[in-house]
Amino acid sequence: MSSTGVVVDDLGLPGSGNAPADHRPGRGHRRRRPPSVPPPALAAAGRVVSRAGGPALAVTYLSLLVLLPLAAVVAKAFSGGWSTFWAEVTNPVAVSALELTLVLSAIVAVVNSIAGLAISWVLVRDDFPGKSLVSAVIDLPFALPTVVAGLTLLTLYGVNSPLHVDLAGTRLGVAAALLFVTLPFCVRSVQPVLAELDAETEDAAASLGATRRQVLFRVILPSVLPSVLAGAGLAFARAVGEFGSIALISGNLPFKTEVASSYIFGLAQSDDFTGASAVSVVLVSIALVVLLVIGWFRRRFDIPDTI
Amino acid sequence: MKGSRWRLPLRYGVLAYLALLVVVPVGAVFYHAFSPGLGKAWDAFTTPDGLHALVLTLLVVAVAVPLNTVFGVGVSLILARQRFPGAWLLDALIDIPLAVSPVIIGLSLILVYGHTGWWGNWLAARGITVIFSVPGIIMASAAVSLPYVVREVLPVLQEIGTEQEQAARTLGAGPITVFRRITLPSIRRGLAYGVTLTTARVLGEFGAVSVVSGAIAGKTQTYTIFISQSIDNLEPQAAYVGAVVLCLAALIVLSLLTLTDRNRDAWHGKVAT
Amino acid sequence: MHRKPLHSGEPLGAPARRLRLGRGAAIGALAICGLAFSALPAGASGGSVSLVAYSTPKPAYSALVAAFAKTKAGAGVTVSSSFGPSGTQATSVVDGLPADLVNFSLTPDMTKVVKAGLVSSSWDRTATKGMVTNSIVSFIVRPGNPKHITTWADLVKPGVKVITPNVFSSGSAKWNLMAAYGAQLSLGKSAAQAQSYLTALLKNAVAQPASASAALQTFLSGQGDVLLDYEDDGLYAKSQGEPVSVITPPQTILIQNPIAVTKTASPAAKAFLAYLLSPAGQTVWGKQGYRPVLPSVAAKFSFPKPKTLFTINKVGGWTTVNTKFFDPTTGIVAKIEQSLGVSTASS
Repeated sequence: MSSTGVVVDDLGLPGSGNAPADHRPGRGHRRRRPPSVPPPALAAAGRVVSRAGGPALAVTYLSLLVLLPLAAVVAKAFSGGWSTFWAEVTNPVAVSALELTLVLSAIVAVVNSIAGLAISWVLVRDDFPGKSLVSAVIDLPFALPTVVAGLTLLTLYGVNSPLHVDLAGTRLGVAAALLFVTLPFCVRSVQPVLAELDAETEDAAASLGATRRQVLFRVILPSVLPSVLAGAGLAFARAVGEFGSIALISGNLPFKTEVASSYIFGLAQSDDFTGASAVSVVLVSIALVVLLVIGWFRRRFDIPDTI
Repeated sequence: MKGSRWRLPLRYGVLAYLALLVVVPVGAVFYHAFSPGLGKAWDAFTTPDGLHALVLTLLVVAVAVPLNTVFGVGVSLILARQRFPGAWLLDALIDIPLAVSPVIIGLSLILVYGHTGWWGNWLAARGITVIFSVPGIIMASAAVSLPYVVREVLPVLQEIGTEQEQAARTLGAGPITVFRRITLPSIRRGLAYGVTLTTARVLGEFGAVSVVSGAIAGKTQTYTIFISQSIDNLEPQAAYVGAVVLCLAALIVLSLLTLTDRNRDAWHGKVAT
Repeated sequence: MHRKPLHSGEPLGAPARRLRLGRGAAIGALAICGLAFSALPAGASGGSVSLVAYSTPKPAYSALVAAFAKTKAGAGVTVSSSFGPSGTQATSVVDGLPADLVNFSLTPDMTKVVKAGLVSSSWDRTATKGMVTNSIVSFIVRPGNPKHITTWADLVKPGVKVITPNVFSSGSAKWNLMAAYGAQLSLGKSAAQAQSYLTALLKNAVAQPASASAALQTFLSGQGDVLLDYEDDGLYAKSQGEPVSVITPPQTILIQNPIAVTKTASPAAKAFLAYLLSPAGQTVWGKQGYRPVLPSVAAKFSFPKPKTLFTINKVGGWTTVNTKFFDPTTGIVAKIEQSLGVSTASS
């Protein structure tokens, strides 16, 4: 038992939190030494790195790779002044593309969140021959290059479809492609959390008289809800930015099936980089807001680690 | 827990959804890759440009994935275990690369690191080429696959809590030991999926890389660019064979990473249904 | 929140360590490979050429490079090539993509590179006015032309499904629409009537893919009755065994593809350009389905002759056309799309 109470800020990394307990006299020599003690130099380096360096390093990496380049895009978007920016983003084709993208991505995120939860459930709690094979195929939509995914989806769901559907040039076709590429997120976000769920709490609830249904809705689902929301956020964000796999099946018709990423591509190809940046800024801003809202809900359901 | 009468319908429902949405398209890719003949598939695989491109892609994976893994685990630990102002913003910013169209990610990198970019002169003066060479491809690949490790590891860290870590520390374990022997094993499954997703994403990345690479055959042409050009040049079999290779690579990574998990399943025991 | 039991009795360090060591070794090995890879020598004994071209002629260039290597000037020359959408390639060259020889699908892309000071402004003062190949806009239809699509009027009949790329992302699409517009003018229609024709044509478009190759893929997947495309693209598809027929419209535009060496071009690049414009090179182009620019070589091939063949100058030249028709906000095509969208957009 720690006499210092709960340390909420304890990172577990060298240097953060309280002084290590092994310096207390009389405490150290009776415990069994762990088989591999890191050499003092490494431990010291680790302490330095994480004390201030950890977060700073992370933010630097994020900045170099993402934040700085995106700042350049924002600068480009406004390089023609506010009036140019406004004209570009209120262009009817742009508005239609943005609307289509955001609505479809939201629908796809919701559908796949439910599907992902169901799939994770079956993978973690059910057992049947071939289950590991099923688990392996989940990541494949992701490993397929988007151009091949696009071509395959067109051949499978297009005019000469062996499945006798014709989704080419329809919004349903775009949705099908988005469902395909975002499925791995929704499954892999929930699966590890579901697997780590402790049987004890469920057993305790059952022994206190909770029905199976109550255990499901009041114990299990609230625990996995943050990860479901995380998966939904990932799926939404990916769907919003997706281009290659929907390019062929969508038919790219303005006002009907042209998504924002394709419209942006068109602007970039026409050398209208200001316009491309402007529409991108709007798209990313809206996506960011959605992600912030999802994050807020996640934190609401995430009970803090205090005892 | 679900009543047993739901178990079979759920199982079959899930299998049907997966079959229709995933198995059929992926199966079609495999079918188109091999139906013209195994010999032709081998020829398509072993073209010099194609092999060059594959080696380049694997190199990019070998650099970008570990970078994102270290970043992902580090940021997850920070977000899960520390409270600081702006944590919510950092959390949301990490998902941003996904929402940005890949073409714009490529464009954004050129705006900063290209010839005419913000740091263009600074880099050129030091003889460093980023855009249109391998470092640029690595950066673009790392940028688009940034969030996955965080999104897999963070929920698990939040789920398991700090109790054991604190217990271990009061027992005298040093911080690195705590991380290696307590934290890391707990997040191992999430980490495995995160690394797999990152690897798969880098393998399949096309949009951003096509913009920053210049697609010089034999030098900066990644495997996905090679595949895309095969489609353009009406050599679909080469494209499908390439896709099969990428899928197999992702599968290998997944099985390597989850191989050690089987022991843990046995130890934890199955959760009663 | 749920807590997990402590990890007692579980084997920990060894497998994780082995995995990490193995991973580390693999990374190290690949890194060494990568360094060696990117440090490959630039050119062999005969010099090197960095070719940057649009995506369509990739197969043609395979044949041309092989043929060039057999000539005296081309012996031992290494050609490294980059193919992609014409507009993107031009922008990349401006952004620093190494290039000795550039070949685009339309002149405005060359102008971009000239404006950036990378290609001499006298690039088009050659015997062939800076062009290396010609082609025309054709109708690509199903084998046997079941819907009997032979004229521009057929394209706007009700129920005819047309595929043409999106003009804002594809240079090929611009050629297609200017062919249509110019054809109307050469039939005696007024500018207003020609514009109405474009509206009718786009109304019949069931797909406007982002690139010419995506458009071809869409057509080959079974969508649409007719694809507007370069003749050489259609001929290539046919040569690859794809089920298509290439129909020559009675009026159409002459597609001219510009080529030039950059200011820092190697002698080998200049030699390669000379080869591409020589009778031998032009013959190889012809066999690949491109109309040679050398009249003597063109005469040897039997490319179909449209009744009326006009150039981009008939409709005002690229500079005017790009602004008047293809400006993303104020251009005629953008306005047509908006009017079509407003009337057909479903909520």
